[in-house]
Amino acid sequence: MRWLLLKDLQILRRSPLQAVLLVAYPVLIAVLVGFAISRGPEKPRVAFLNEVPADTRVSVGGQQLPAAGVSERICSRVECVHVKDRAEAVAKVESGDVLAALILPEDLVDRINSLSTLTPRTPQVEVLVNEEDPVKAQLVDERISTLLAQANLAIARRIAGEGGRYLDLLIDGGKFQLAGQTFPILGLRTSAQILAALEPALPPGPLRASLHQVTGFATQARDNLDVAGPLIERLAQPIEIRKDVVNGSSPPLEIFAIAVAATLTLAFVTVLLVAGSLALEREENAFARLTRGLVSPSALLGEKVLLGVAVGLGVTLLMLAGMQIFVPLQWDRFGLWLLAILAGGGALATAGAALGAAAREVRAVSLLAFMVTLPIAFLSLVPSGAVGGGVFDLIEIVTALFPFKPALDAMTAALDSAGPGIGGPLAHLAILIAAYGLLARLALRRFAAV
Amino acid sequence: MSEAATAALDARELVKRYGEREALKKVSLTAGAGELVAVIGPNGAGKTTLLSILAGILEPDAGELRLDGAVGWVPQQAALYRRLTVAENLLLFARLEGHANPRGSVEEMLELAGLDERRGEVVARLSGGNQQRINIAIGLLSRPAVLLLDEPSVGLDPRQRARLWEFVSALAGGGTTVIFSTHDIQEAERYGGRLLVLADGESLFDGSAEALREAVRSEAPEAADRDFETAFVAYLQHRGH
Repeated sequence: MRWLLLKDLQILRRSPLQAVLLVAYPVLIAVLVGFAISRGPEKPRVAFLNEVPADTRVSVGGQQLPAAGVSERICSRVECVHVKDRAEAVAKVESGDVLAALILPEDLVDRINSLSTLTPRTPQVEVLVNEEDPVKAQLVDERISTLLAQANLAIARRIAGEGGRYLDLLIDGGKFQLAGQTFPILGLRTSAQILAALEPALPPGPLRASLHQVTGFATQARDNLDVAGPLIERLAQPIEIRKDVVNGSSPPLEIFAIAVAATLTLAFVTVLLVAGSLALEREENAFARLTRGLVSPSALLGEKVLLGVAVGLGVTLLMLAGMQIFVPLQWDRFGLWLLAILAGGGALATAGAALGAAAREVRAVSLLAFMVTLPIAFLSLVPSGAVGGGVFDLIEIVTALFPFKPALDAMTAALDSAGPGIGGPLAHLAILIAAYGLLARLALRRFAAV
Repeated sequence: MSEAATAALDARELVKRYGEREALKKVSLTAGAGELVAVIGPNGAGKTTLLSILAGILEPDAGELRLDGAVGWVPQQAALYRRLTVAENLLLFARLEGHANPRGSVEEMLELAGLDERRGEVVARLSGGNQQRINIAIGLLSRPAVLLLDEPSVGLDPRQRARLWEFVSALAGGGTTVIFSTHDIQEAERYGGRLLVLADGESLFDGSAEALREAVRSEAPEAADRDFETAFVAYLQHRGH
């Protein structure tokens, strides 16, 4: 077997372009995927025109509220490109310099203030988008909708807070300022106390009974309005989120991204190399000569799997070492890394052997390996809930039949202690090694017969 | 001692079936040391099947096979690694065959095949004729008593063919029994000491080229004086093939 291994390495060395592509291409894909997964979305560039006069405030009951900081909030979520007028905003959207333009018109606050009058006018903001690209258009719609929902929430909270303060003034009394003058407010609580104190001084009769009724109303109003305050505050955000993790523990996103990148590398290197080198035996007409007493078909399969695992191990470790530049890895778990790479590589290599035994030519088998590995890898990254239940069940079955998903699970578990356990994926990989080994062996019979 | 007992190869009533189809129908062949036997016949006659059984690649469904010593097998298409050099190919197979001194065997084969000067060349850059010579040299690594060549001259130009047959004839002259299949009737007549004619899995004739001409003369006299290929075709037609 060692002479065959040496021969395959010699052939690989004689094809430097193939060897470089075999290593460089998966590493490139892996790094790109890892990069895309691990990085959050960039802040979109949005042209921002605030035409609202600087000293204008939203007012409630004739009282101006403090600034809610809507502009600042928006510009903390997107990269605001401040423009001087609408024409400049339009030009920036058209040129593609910005994703969209958000214009707060001059009368925005007046319209908000009109909501508490008898002649309300709906407040509007203007959004300019370039919809030549439907994907981009949807992205902008979602981003702007989210931004406005957040702005609405900020204003609603401010209004609700002010409403609550006025309610407190009505219940407990205090001082109310209007147009630079201060007015004392008695409040329901004190009113009820004064009325209750006056009641015994009156002689029994209709006047005392009426006063008793007023005292009762004041007390009831005070008690009931006490609960209205929190109610008004809740109106701003009636539903709040309480997150409970009921299943699974996940490693940090960047570790998962590295696991994806490493598994992609391992998958492409092992599947392509093993499938290709096995098909090469047939393309070179050497299979029959080799298996005519020199090497058994099982030994030949074993040699190819060993070749794939050895090269896959080297390339994957090289890639992980490179990743260390960007993200610190737990090198004390190196033993588990090796275990995951060897088991994952073994299963992927036997799957590659089954593919290689099923095709006649290296080119055909390379194409087949790509066509199988790439979609399976992407399907393995589909999270539950991203698609319908039935479709996800189907995806789970398909991905369980190919070694990529369990290899990814094993790699994730090996890289970080916060990930899932490694035992399950290793057992899964062991089953797949046996199954694909058997398939490859059966396919080799046909291989020999043709 | 009988002829079969001294033969390097003795195959008796070999039968091979592929499903319903009988690819070989009780075919027998005996060959002595240094004999050059040509197996000829139209497509589907069973030539490759017979050679595959003799090489041990296929199991016969019936019949007996006795071989005196190792059998070297040279497939129709060169079974070589085109990205390895001539010497690397020979060394690989010498090692796989477990030679005690694989490098010595390589030197011997390079000299035998006349490719010593091209030892470092990648096989893909060699001509078809030279590739076939390495192909045969690999078949000879096991020092076989019997060498089986499956259509060895396919795809070669006349000059390459001549060099190939010179090489093969030298092997036979050295005592190696050579059995080759071919579509080229002239080639079989010229180089085959004996001809085995197969058609539809059946053995029609086993003897020298002259004896085959005699058989044509008696069975298809109108073609007896034509060229050997035309006479052979007439013979097959007369036999219903």
